[in-house]
Parts: sequence; C-alpha cells; structure tokens
Amino acid sequence: MSILVDKNTKVICQGFTGNQGTFHSEQALAYGTQLVGGVTPGRGGEEHLGLPVFNTCHDAVEATGATATMIYVPAAFAADAILEAADAGIKVITCITEGIPVLDMLKVKATLNNYPDVRLIGPNCPGVITPGECKVGIMPGHIHQPGQIGIVSRSGTLTYEAVKQTTDVGLGQSTCVGIGGDPIHGMSFIDCLELFEADRQTKGIVMVGEIGGTAEEEAAEYIKAHVRKPVVAYIAGVTAPPGKRMGHAGAIISGGKGTAKDKYAALEAAGVATVRSPAEIGARMNEFFSG
Amino acid sequence: MNLHEFQAKQLFSKYGIPIPEGDVARSADEAQAVAKKLGGSVWVVKAQVHAGGRGKAGGVKVVKSAEEVRDFTNSLLGQRLVTHQTDSKGLPINSVMVEQGLDIETELYLGALVDRASKRIVFMGSSAGGMDIEEVAATEPEKIHTVQVNPITGLMPYQGREMAFALGLKGKQVGQLAKIMQALYQLFVDNDLSLIEINPLIVTKDGSLLALDAKVNLDDNALDVGRHKEVAAMRDTSQEDETEVQAHQHNLNYITLDGNIGCMVNGAGLAMATMDVVKLHGGDPANFLDVGGGATKERVTEAFKLILSSPKVEGILVNIFGGIVRCDMIAEGIIAAVKEVGVKVPVVVRLEGTNVEKGKELLKNSGLNLIPADDLTDAAKKVVAAVQKS
Repeated sequence: MSILVDKNTKVICQGFTGNQGTFHSEQALAYGTQLVGGVTPGRGGEEHLGLPVFNTCHDAVEATGATATMIYVPAAFAADAILEAADAGIKVITCITEGIPVLDMLKVKATLNNYPDVRLIGPNCPGVITPGECKVGIMPGHIHQPGQIGIVSRSGTLTYEAVKQTTDVGLGQSTCVGIGGDPIHGMSFIDCLELFEADRQTKGIVMVGEIGGTAEEEAAEYIKAHVRKPVVAYIAGVTAPPGKRMGHAGAIISGGKGTAKDKYAALEAAGVATVRSPAEIGARMNEFFSG
Repeated sequence: MNLHEFQAKQLFSKYGIPIPEGDVARSADEAQAVAKKLGGSVWVVKAQVHAGGRGKAGGVKVVKSAEEVRDFTNSLLGQRLVTHQTDSKGLPINSVMVEQGLDIETELYLGALVDRASKRIVFMGSSAGGMDIEEVAATEPEKIHTVQVNPITGLMPYQGREMAFALGLKGKQVGQLAKIMQALYQLFVDNDLSLIEINPLIVTKDGSLLALDAKVNLDDNALDVGRHKEVAAMRDTSQEDETEVQAHQHNLNYITLDGNIGCMVNGAGLAMATMDVVKLHGGDPANFLDVGGGATKERVTEAFKLILSSPKVEGILVNIFGGIVRCDMIAEGIIAAVKEVGVKVPVVVRLEGTNVEKGKELLKNSGLNLIPADDLTDAAKKVVAAVQKS
C-alpha cells in the first residue's frame, strides 16, 4: 500500500515533447514509472521516447487507460492543462509548473469542485513519489527508499531533506507528496494526512510547512482529532521578516497571521513532535521507532 | 508589482470608476499649471510613492492657492518619504498628484483581494474608512463587511447591493456603489490584480461617491507570462529595492536582510530553512536568495554578484539540494563566479542530490578556497565560525 500512486498507476505527461517534459519523462521511465504516453497538441500520432504522443488528454486516456498525469506545460497554459486532464477523466493530476497566475488557479479550483474524485497535486511543486514504484515529478529518485514514513510538504527542496534523512535512518518512505508553494493549490495538508492515516504501509508522517496562510494551523486541528500515527513537523521561515514575499507566493506573513511561531504553537498543542531545524527531522522521527 | 496612485486612477477612469479631477505633475511648475487648469480655490497635493500612510507622514496637504501648490510640491520632489509602511530610508518622491479639493460627508473603505482561505476574490468594505482602517481591521473586525465572488459567475449585482446597505448607503448611492464594485471586479480580473483598494471612498456633500485614493497591485506571475504589457510598462523601479530589481531580471528571488552571512539556496522553502538554521547557530543572514529550480551556471554567477554587492557580507553559505538542478552544474557556476567576481570572503558549500559526487569532485579540484560541508547543520556551523574568525 501507499497513497495516490503505485506500481500499477498508468501515467501520462502533458507537455511531453518539451524540454522539461522530455527530461523528466526519461527520469520517470528510468525509475520504473508506468509512463504510457504523453500529450502535445498538434503532435498526435508521433512517437516520443518510444511512447505514443496524443493531441488531447481525451485521446490519451482512451488509448492508454491512464489515471494520472504530470504537467510540465508553461505557466500561461497550465490552468488549461489541469482542466483538460480533469475533463478527460484523469484522477491524479500533478502540476509541476511554477508561476501560474493566481486568477487562473481560482478558476481551476472553482471548476474542480465539479470533479469530487479528482486530486490535484500542486502547482509549483516537486510532485508525488511512491519509492520503488512510481515517480511523478522532478524529485531525485535515488534519495528515496521504500519504507514507512509518509511525507507531505509545501516546499520542494525541503521535501528532499526530509526524504534523505528518513532514508539515512533506515525508515524509508511510503509516499511523498509535495503540495506546492502557491497560495491557491490543490491537495491540502489535511487531504494528505487523511490518506496517510488510512494507509497501512505508513507508520509515521512528516509534515513540512512554511510561513503564510493558516494551512498548518488547520492541519493541527485535524491531527488532534483524527491522526493516531506519530507526526513530526518542521516550519520554515521563523526568521522571515513580515510582509516580504519569500519566493513562494504563499510564503508571506500578513497582518500578523501565519507566523512560524503561531504554527509551531498550534502543532505542539495538537501533540505533534516539532523540530526547529530541518536537519533534525529524521532523527526525531526515528525516536518513535527505536527502543 | 505596485502602481502609483495616479496610474491606478488612470485605470479607474478607463473603467468608469468616479475619481476627483486632477493630474500628475513632475515639477513645481507643472503642479501649479495643473492647479490653475483645475480652477477652484482648494487643492490637494499628494506625494506619489509605493506606500500607504502618506497622509500621516506629511506627504499629503490641502492647500488654498496655486502658489502653495507650487511650494508644497517643491518641498516634496527629490525628497524621500518615510511612512509606517516603508523602511527607515523611505521612498523617493519623483511626482505628485494635484487634485481638486472636495467637501467630504463620509469616508468609506472598499477593497478586494485574492483570499487564499476561501479561494475567491473577496471584497471588503467598511463604513469606517480613512487613515485608521488598519486599526479598525485589527481591533473591530466586525466592522469590515466581506463579499466572496464565485469566479464562474463573477460578482453578482445583489452582492454589490448587499455591500452598499452594509456600508449604510441609501437611495441612489446603493446603485452607485454596486456599479463601482462591478467596475472594480472587471478591472481586477481583466488585469490579473492581486489587490485593489479605495481608501477612502468618499460620499461628497452633494451625495455622490468618489474614489479619493487608489491602490492597485498586480500579480507578478501574470506579468511574467507576458500579460498586460501596457500596465507592466508603468512599473517604477525607483520605488523598489535596487538589488531585488536586478535579481528579478535574472529570474532570481532575492530579498535584502540585515545580517552578514550571504545565502545562496535552491528552493524557497529550503532558502527560508537555511536562514533559520544560520540564525539557530548564532549567525545572521544577509539575504534570502532562491536560485530556483532551473538554475543555470550564469544564474549562479549572477547570484554570487548580487550577494557580494552588499558590503555587509562577510561570509557565504551555498546550500543546494539538487533535484532538477544538477550539483556538478552548480559547482561549475560557483567556480566560475568565484574566479570572475574575485570572492574575498569565506564560502561554505553544501551540495546534496543529483550528481553530488561529481559536484564535490569539481569543487575539490578547483584549487579554490572553498569550505565543504556535509549537511545543513554542519554548513551553518562552519559559516558562522568562519565569519566570527574574519
């Protein structure tokens, strides 16, 4: 078991023949992902990386039975790509693209309400990986190890830190989900916590948050009420000055809300094991499993 | 990206949102001419800077003669205005707005922004408009009335009426406000705004509504994908941090901070975490710098130049966890930068992820004085120690 994707998941790539799409499709194939084709409008019928290219998501789904997609199309067209995938019946939509205009995402979110069984991961995220089975995204596959920790994170490279450390202490990962750094995004911490709590392979959960918004505070409430597995949390941005946009559009402290201090307090009140440095994530989690 | 008040009002005017008569002026003579053209006996002169709180900071004045318009403009231009929303250096005043004076009955507040919690554009209105709206929002949030807009339907007329009644408007003003909100919404979605604000929205003695001030922020993502070129051309970089503007041109996310340890990191989250860990080990970061997912050798070199452009930097910490970014490419960038820029301060490098062995090998064989680190904690400790020694 794992969540969202596994060795049987058939994946397509949107923006398949572009630079990014090509590079990361090659990486996914090398990792063993069941990549079954891709979409590039106008290039349908061609072959790329030994796989069929389709004009539309509908064509791709019909021909391959794909249920997941990874999107590498440029920011201006990414909202369109997400909705095309949903309309074609794809259930797990991973959007790697960063820099999507916020108003585009408002429309996407409002429209996805009509597709209750569709999961959107991202945008502006590293993607999702079930180690040893399926890699949908831009994360370096080799740092992962099949195992028992579920990881959910707003930040790409911080996810890698958590992954490497849980690998180094020998726990490994069940599935890692990067939910993305944008203010308006798909799956939330709570969505992932719910799946990890129900997943039998997952024995512990790492949650990596950052300043801005109140998603971590809401997650803390959820953990208190519903999560029995150990949770280790780290929040980035303790030293970030208020009112400054720290690269992730989502990471901005405004009106005194969304500070790392608030988030740590909420998580600790919910019984979550927190660490003040991302370098301590693996060791802290390992305390739950040794002795 | 922010607009000046006069630029925002140009957009308002295009969308039929009522504004006072007035114009921008870039010299005292121009200001006097604007006042004469407007006629009347009372004018308002307002410093044009990208910050709120101008009134309290002395950047706005009601004047009673064209000579006074000239004199006050003269006293503003070329100066820097420090408000509670700027840093201690303030922002340069390169232009002023001269407007007709008006008889104000009441001051309202009306704004809209993208709300991450509801995932909607949300309008906020209050009958307590004017200079103390931030205080109202903090202490009496029940005085702020909100309206969420469904992006599929857009703003509905009933929502405008609801807001009008909540603000205590009556008669023809209800229709006026609904119309203004409709226009604001259209302006918002047509131009990919992230914030629009009228504070105050006034009711004049003769009962009409008028936007006395105008604040507009645009979504940088939308501009970066090439939308709204006309509005993008209104950018005034004199109102922005010079280094941050430079960074933006090279697709780097850079924010100036107060410390002495320069940080170069890939990924916004890891960049923030790196600052946190530096601080945790007794150091003080000089900047936030995310070289991004698609970092190239050239970008790494530019990043080094940016960091070193601050005379405060006494040491540099490079922390790269390669995902898309390959460590060997980063290593080449570091080597090129150190050679080109002539780095004199200690540089601690922590590489991890894709092609890490190749990257470390390149650094080792470069003959440069770079301090390798094994993990984030080790890197932070080493850079803090190096800075304390120097």
